[in-house]
Amino acid sequence: MSNRYKLIKCTINGKEREVMIDVRASLTDLLRNDFRLTSVKKGCEVGECGACNVLINGECFNSCIYLAVWADGKEILTLEGLSDPDGGISDIQQAFIDEAAVQCGFCTPGAIMSAVEILNEGRELSDEEIRIRMSGHLCRCTGYENILRAVKKTMLKRLGKAEQ
Amino acid sequence: MYDIKALYEAGSVEEAVSLLVEHPEAQIIAGGSDVLVQIREGRRAGVELVSIYGIDALRGICYDEEEAIRIGSLTSFSHIAADPIIQEKFPVLGEAVSLVGGPQIRNIGTIGGNTCNGVTSADSASTLFAWDAVIELTGPDGIRRLPIQEFYIKAGKVDLRPGELQTAILIPKKAYEGYTGRYIKYAMREAMDIANLGCSVNAKLSQDKKTIEDVRIAYGVAGPIPLRAVTAEAAVKGCRTDQKTIDAFGEAVLSDIHPRDSWRASKAFREHIAKVLASRALKESVLRGGGEICE
Ligand code: FES
Ligand code: FES
Repeated sequence: MSNRYKLIKCTINGKEREVMIDVRASLTDLLRNDFRLTSVKKGCEVGECGACNVLINGECFNSCIYLAVWADGKEILTLEGLSDPDGGISDIQQAFIDEAAVQCGFCTPGAIMSAVEILNEGRELSDEEIRIRMSGHLCRCTGYENILRAVKKTMLKRLGKAEQ
Repeated sequence: MYDIKALYEAGSVEEAVSLLVEHPEAQIIAGGSDVLVQIREGRRAGVELVSIYGIDALRGICYDEEEAIRIGSLTSFSHIAADPIIQEKFPVLGEAVSLVGGPQIRNIGTIGGNTCNGVTSADSASTLFAWDAVIELTGPDGIRRLPIQEFYIKAGKVDLRPGELQTAILIPKKAYEGYTGRYIKYAMREAMDIANLGCSVNAKLSQDKKTIEDVRIAYGVAGPIPLRAVTAEAAVKGCRTDQKTIDAFGEAVLSDIHPRDSWRASKAFREHIAKVLASRALKESVLRGGGEICE
């Protein structure tokens, strides 16, 4: 097969990368296998659970149903890209810990990346809007309330508002 | 790894057409939220694909020379919902596509893919039927345009000829100007669910807002493909905006629809909600148009 492989260039967590990929690979395959970014989970692999969610040019995508070849020229952010150079975690990650929004942790990286998309908008969302924006994630452990609380708390904190 | 035999990437519409002509067996992949899942399930395993996802020229919404709203076929659901033209002239489409799947699906899913699947439950389809959308296809012989009702042939089958791809969806000026509408999706969950029934209604009111000058209604999942309820439309055209009209509209839809029994919902239940949703959506269309339901 002639076009089995393709050379792509993209930015992953702030670093420019050039990599030869199999055209059959999903973006999950690329991130996990070639870059060991194992925060990107394989849950359902059919776009239903959100465990593989990453930001591509600032928008959330389930990387399991995103062809790796499409990443060419794009900017990708995974959970690993949230920590500072010394390995310290970000406010949203800390909020997930504080609010007990993490139990087994399998859904957590994906859910946090949706939270990051929301937080990057820099505006205050209603509870209903947060629910809708987080609705692409299945969590079998927490019952969701703690996740929603963690997102809201971080949003208000970043906007300099106290929680009511 | 996906079970893909070969992948050809098109950077432009011309390139897509020539790749499709060169590889007649190949299937088109846009955002892939259906195609890739079906490959994973084995239903489309071993396919040859022509990816059109990289054709940025097919993204975005604008007015064309005739002031029709032109929606590029690769425009994602979330971009449609956020678009200023849609918000101003055709907000019901934004509302309808905001009910597709979940947020990540709305970022990858495209309106072209949603309509080329030929699926009756597609959240965008009933609204496009109800607003007299025109489908633009580009192929080896150039561009052709046809009403969306003719584009759908049967369940899962649309009029996409060899070498062709859908390049835009147009809403002519006379189809949107003066109309207000509402789409109601009936499903079990608020997210990541497929409609049991989808109902899209819109109306154009008289100057004094007391008469329904025109009304259009389309359903998803009330038949094998989305359909217009023409008897119901005829029944209330020219009628006063009162409760009697609203009720008559709901009753009349039963002559137009033929839902089926499935594990999602029974035929009887679908008929019931079809009635209720029609009345409710008409009422809200009238209210949104600045009218009121008079005594
Ligand atoms: S693994 Fe991608 S959505 Fe479930
Ligand atoms: S913490 Fe276990 S699935 Fe969410």
